[in-house]
Amino acid sequence: MRWFEAVRLAFRTIRAQKLKSFFSLVGVLIGVTFLIAVVSIVTGMNRYMEDRFANGLIGLNTFLLRQRPNFTSGNVPEDVWRGWMRRPRITYGDADFVRERVRTPVTYAKFCSDRVGVSYGSKTAKDMDLVGTEPSYFKIKDYKLVAGRPFTVQEVRAGMPVVVIGQAVAEKLLVGVDPIGKDVRIGGLPYRIIGLVEPQGSLFGLSLDKFAIIPYTAPGRRMICPINVLDHLMIQADNPALMVTAMGEVEAAMRTRRHLKPGDENNFHLETSASALEGWKKVSKILITFLPMLVSISLIVGGIVIMNIMLMAVAERTREIGIRKALGARRRDILAQFVVESATLSALGALMGIGTGIVLAFVVRAVTPLPAAIAPWSIVLGVTVGVLVGVVAGVYPANRASKLDPIVALRAE
Amino acid sequence: MSEPIIRIRDLVRHYVMGSETVQALRGVSLDIQRNEYVAIMGPSGSGKSTMMNVLGCLDTPTSGEYWLNGQEVSRLTDDALARVRNKEIGFVFQTFNLLPRASALHNVELPLVYAGVGGKDRRDRAAQALQIVGLADRMHHRPNELSGGQRQRVAIARALVNSPSILLADEPTGNLDSTTSEEIMGVFRELHDKGQTVIMVTHEPDIAAHAARVVVLRDGRVEIDRLTRDVAA
Repeated sequence: MRWFEAVRLAFRTIRAQKLKSFFSLVGVLIGVTFLIAVVSIVTGMNRYMEDRFANGLIGLNTFLLRQRPNFTSGNVPEDVWRGWMRRPRITYGDADFVRERVRTPVTYAKFCSDRVGVSYGSKTAKDMDLVGTEPSYFKIKDYKLVAGRPFTVQEVRAGMPVVVIGQAVAEKLLVGVDPIGKDVRIGGLPYRIIGLVEPQGSLFGLSLDKFAIIPYTAPGRRMICPINVLDHLMIQADNPALMVTAMGEVEAAMRTRRHLKPGDENNFHLETSASALEGWKKVSKILITFLPMLVSISLIVGGIVIMNIMLMAVAERTREIGIRKALGARRRDILAQFVVESATLSALGALMGIGTGIVLAFVVRAVTPLPAAIAPWSIVLGVTVGVLVGVVAGVYPANRASKLDPIVALRAE
Repeated sequence: MSEPIIRIRDLVRHYVMGSETVQALRGVSLDIQRNEYVAIMGPSGSGKSTMMNVLGCLDTPTSGEYWLNGQEVSRLTDDALARVRNKEIGFVFQTFNLLPRASALHNVELPLVYAGVGGKDRRDRAAQALQIVGLADRMHHRPNELSGGQRQRVAIARALVNSPSILLADEPTGNLDSTTSEEIMGVFRELHDKGQTVIMVTHEPDIAAHAARVVVLRDGRVEIDRLTRDVAA
């Protein structure tokens, strides 16, 4: 019997008992659903973290010149941490020195920030990110304004008390009011609102709109950083290659400025989105590593269910086996028939599981902030695993069927 | 005389049942020529079922020789026996033994599936076999949509589709009323007239009377072997 005959026969048998067949493949269905959904979510998260999270947090092709790492993964040993804290902080002078030395065309923005309250009249928006920076920051962060304008280089030079606010500030303080031209108080000092940034959405449920941006020279700058000190200098290149070049130049410039000898370690840190992603990568690796365990449990259960169903099928269809043997079916024909039937059943379960897995991934994407993207390899894996489970589960029952004595089998009721 | 289609010598078949040994066949010798129409009779326990199983290559003898169409088949492996059943033997059973969920056409196709005949050729040959037994218009019916007589005709078509050396029928009318039985016997006669070798196991004398030769078994041995006129007389 040719294999496609066996597959056709399997489909005919499965179709004849739809409900029973469905229940027997539920285990595999669930296992593959799980596989597809989790892989989709992890893949989606990966992409999301790379595209949006990292770029949203730092900026596209952007790196930061810092005193010490901001994003760390895992526990940092006490002595390492203390070493970081002893490093000199990044100063205005460092920033200007780097700007003079770097040849690669890049955009710079000095940056300082802290959490503060922003007040308007009797209302206060607590825990807003107050950012002290330069006009280039708007370009680096790709902030588009829905009203007003960003502050200018002149306003920075003059240390004007102006502020560009995020949506969350406007929604909290200025409901139904045009924010442009209004005065808010930050740390007791008045600032005039000159711009409103378009909504930035949220990341894992956390709003990205809770900020207020002022010139780093503005009157309240002491609230966020000591005079002459920066949290970091943001440096954005046009593309990843230029970013790497620029990083080399910045490192060289800083080593010169800090008078480091060739053997000395850097006493500053260049942070890219890669370091922000490191922690996530660890989590996703754990998920992907443990996934096979979770999936294999349901697949083993699914396989056992299918094996039982096939054993039942062999018992129920003893007479059919007898007829087939009388008409010339060899052992291997019967073996093939039941193995293929089991594999087909299981593969059907896997296909359904792929369907429900994709649906589940999209549902998760729709109702939670978690993103999801279907990984083609997980679909291939799902089908392969489905067929494999079916073959393994089918071998024992099929072997029993193939060994039946035709005389006894023909007599069965 | 030409080589017989079946040549059996000193056929013995023992069964071990628990501590007892049942001697179902105790040395049967028999020749059946091409295009013979033979009825094998005997009371229950005479060994006729065992005889039927051995003739049908479903069982192998404990000792003795069985030559079928020039081939010694008594010592073959299971798979080799399956080949012989597929090529040389067409079975007709008392209980029809059709696959309940398959159409008449598909049932008739089965031996061809295992013979490795595929596609259109297979369907054509199966359809042709159904036409021979007068069921061309019932091809796509399932067994439960057919009468007993029609079911047995499907079984006959299935038995014939591989052009076997022998048509082996086990109580072919056991589940049929007398009118239908006559019909089926008519089909057998026609096939025999066209040159088919027919061997029929039955315990009904009036059914056996349709055969040209009757072999009566008793206690695992051939008791009577003569032409029907003699039996009838």
